[in-house]
Amino acid sequence: MAVRDLSRRFGTRTALDRLSFELFAGEVVAIIGPNGAGKTTLLSILAGVLQPSAGEVSRPTGRRFGWVPQEPALYSKLSVAENLRLFARLEKLSDPEGAVTAMLAQTDLTDRADEEVGRLSGGNQQRVNIGIGLLSEPPVLLLDEPSASLDPRQRERLWEFIGGLAVRGTTIVFSTHNVAEAERFAGRVLVLGDGELLFTGTPAELERTVHTPDTDPGDFETAFVRFLHDRGH
Amino acid sequence: MRWLLIKDLQILRRSPLLVALLVVYPVLIALMIGFALSSPPGKPTVALYDAVPTGKGSISIGNQHINISHYADQLFASINAIRVNSKAEAIAKVKNGQAQAALVIPADIVSQINSLITQGVGSPTVQLILNTRDPLERQFAEQAINARAAQVQQAVSKQVLGVAVADLQKVLNGGTLQFLGQSVPLLGLRNTRAIVQGTITSLPANSPLRTALGQVVAFSNLAIGGFNFASPVLQKIGSPLTIQQVQLAGKTTPTASYAAAIAVIVSLMFVGVLLAAGLLALERSENAYSRLVRGLVTPTSLLSEKIVISAAGAAAVTLLMSAFVSLFVHLDWARFPLWVAALGLGGLAFGALGVAIGGLAREVSVASLMAFVLTLPIAFVALVPGDAVSGTLRSILNAVAFVFPFRAALQAASNAFSGAAPGIGWPLVHLAVLALVFGALARLTLRRFA
Repeated sequence: MAVRDLSRRFGTRTALDRLSFELFAGEVVAIIGPNGAGKTTLLSILAGVLQPSAGEVSRPTGRRFGWVPQEPALYSKLSVAENLRLFARLEKLSDPEGAVTAMLAQTDLTDRADEEVGRLSGGNQQRVNIGIGLLSEPPVLLLDEPSASLDPRQRERLWEFIGGLAVRGTTIVFSTHNVAEAERFAGRVLVLGDGELLFTGTPAELERTVHTPDTDPGDFETAFVRFLHDRGH
Repeated sequence: MRWLLIKDLQILRRSPLLVALLVVYPVLIALMIGFALSSPPGKPTVALYDAVPTGKGSISIGNQHINISHYADQLFASINAIRVNSKAEAIAKVKNGQAQAALVIPADIVSQINSLITQGVGSPTVQLILNTRDPLERQFAEQAINARAAQVQQAVSKQVLGVAVADLQKVLNGGTLQFLGQSVPLLGLRNTRAIVQGTITSLPANSPLRTALGQVVAFSNLAIGGFNFASPVLQKIGSPLTIQQVQLAGKTTPTASYAAAIAVIVSLMFVGVLLAAGLLALERSENAYSRLVRGLVTPTSLLSEKIVISAAGAAAVTLLMSAFVSLFVHLDWARFPLWVAALGLGGLAFGALGVAIGGLAREVSVASLMAFVLTLPIAFVALVPGDAVSGTLRSILNAVAFVFPFRAALQAASNAFSGAAPGIGWPLVHLAVLALVFGALARLTLRRFA
């Protein structure tokens, strides 16, 4: 997937300013940056929820990306299986029941299939949320702050699950405030600041940009903060 | 759209409290409105102190007796009377809330009326004591008594005038008059004139009496002419106006059917608007909207689904309600297809209004509150009678009623229920146009969701 000169304005405010980058099959990419940097706006445009003001996103033809919004987008009065079944039918999958069964197994929720989503824990709701994004077996899965509302144990299980998807060839793009997560799970990071793309590369490459013989940032988070500071953010 | 419909029905099935509120509450309100509108007004309770001695309640005019007590009894048709034995007791009944008003008829009321009729002197007066704590209650009692008192006064006047006219006829044509229990013959003006004219012709041509008697004949002519004119005029004064009702076009809606139509349309409005607004806002509050419109469903399809499900729900509830109401009020079952058309299109228009409201809200609770707050004035404005307000305000109210579906739905339903004029065609077209307009407005409000 290629993004070319992507811009988005809300009135007079520029949320994204001429972003260009590419994504490759099977890679895990983290979008990081301070609050208001444009992370959610970028993911929303990639997902097709928002339209760009300028520029273009070229996707593999005929394939819709998987989209996992930050807040679980689920019907709390429906059961896990009913939520999955509804979106499988709306996706016009050839075998919706098969897709539901497979996704229940993949998310390890088979034994809770008939439980109302509103009664599930935050972690399990997030699994259903991701499961819906994966129903159509998309080539790219977009996740907006996927671990924001989870406890450490749930986070660990989430990343294990996402790691398995990447191993099977799904491109993962996620936004996060937790730069340690980005360093640990992402093969590449996109750093946004005030709507501009400030950096694209591996976490190690980002650390090297701020590392001098006199200044050792020590960890990735410190390096990231210094990187932003050096660029006026 | 089919899967979204099934999903919304599943959600509604699992929200029994919400469904009960959406259905039972408006139906109860609507039935209460209908009952209030179709029930006759109640009678105020009035403490009555009648000081006129028994058997002294009639007056004599000429050879006729007028029973004043008979007319006083007519007051009881408009009030629930509590007879008391003194004015003080009557006042006490009002003060302690047992009666809304007290009516005191003085002992000399008959002699006062007699004096007025026979001598033109005096002003017969009864006393009405009103409770001033509750202005509406006071106005109700006052209007009930005044209206009936006016009828009594008119009836008494008519009878007195009848006596006067009869006496005039006797003065004109002659007859007998009852005086002190004796029949007294009365010659009458016409007979007097004939006698005088006969006398004149028998007198010598140069008799000086001819001139004097000629003046008597001239006076008789003048008096006869005047009485001829006065008699029918006096007869008419008793009831100066005859009201002839002319219905200009078609048949009018029976009051009970109209009340039923109001009750049904109030329910249609509540269910349609609240359901549509709530279901659309639910997509936002569950964060599902963005997931749906990224290629799975178009915003127009989503809106259409909400409008259709709310219209179907509202129409189903109100059709059942109409069937129930028809047990008590005559509704024309032969026009049932028109019931379906009126309530179906009305439901679509209200559903479209509901999604326009739901598109403005982020939360179901806010959408429901907005829907509730907006629909009440819409119904109120549409129900204000056109002639109850002055020109400019009437134009404004008519314009407001025109741009919302309540009045058109009410016209359609009242026609469907009874075949009343005006016809159902224009209201149905009006509802269809309003459904499209509010649907388009809702589409604009959905931009906020993005």
